[in-house]
Amino acid sequence: MNLEFKVEGGDFTLAGNASSQIKKMLKQLNVDPRIVKRVVIALYEAEVNIVAHAYRGVIYAEIDPRGVRLKLEDEGPGIPDINQAMTPGFSTASAQVREMGFGAGMGLPNISENADEFKIESEVGKGTTLFINFKF
Amino acid sequence: MKIKDLCRLVDGTVLCGEQHLEGEVEQAFASDLMSDVLTVKTNEFILITGLANLQAIRTAEMSDTPYILICRGKEVSEEMLDLAADNDMLVVSSPFSMFKCAGILYSAGLKPIY
Repeated sequence: MNLEFKVEGGDFTLAGNASSQIKKMLKQLNVDPRIVKRVVIALYEAEVNIVAHAYRGVIYAEIDPRGVRLKLEDEGPGIPDINQAMTPGFSTASAQVREMGFGAGMGLPNISENADEFKIESEVGKGTTLFINFKF
Repeated sequence: MKIKDLCRLVDGTVLCGEQHLEGEVEQAFASDLMSDVLTVKTNEFILITGLANLQAIRTAEMSDTPYILICRGKEVSEEMLDLAADNDMLVVSSPFSMFKCAGILYSAGLKPIY
């Protein structure tokens, strides 16, 4: 099963819509609730990152009997130093993002913690793509 | 702890999810930082927060926790309540500070996660 969701940068009212829909889908498919939680936490962190940092993005989710593969592709400023971005506590989030309860530099490390495989590709001035995989 | 007892202890008003009043909860996590809430591995805890926005409800949804206590009587929007109702959640509002809510509930036997 392949799903696709568009995400608008800066629109915090809709942040989490895609994660919510994918959560409902995984529950309907009777996926182990422990795996559903890991997928949804990682996806929500990544979705909030698009809203917080990028202009817009697309979430692609592929679900089959082997697992869940997520790709989050955004158009945005990109990440100049991925190792630094992965450091717990490092953040470039705006005051607005922090007011929403995010921007503490915990998102990417938490995605990595929950995923079975996690890869970041980024080009400064163009955008960032996350690949987050989970095995059943 | 019974949810209805919890509500009474914090002088809480149930804004949504009255069907949960007879339910029980054993653990709580208090934070305004949703990023921190998302690192909690436990389900079925009550989230105690002073952050009254849509992302607090979303975070509870993603964390699989059906109970939220909003402190200091912060205004809870219709949008927040709609989202909470869609996800079968309980939202309680207390006039007390987060510190006071946490202190009362801890003393009454609600357990911390960490």
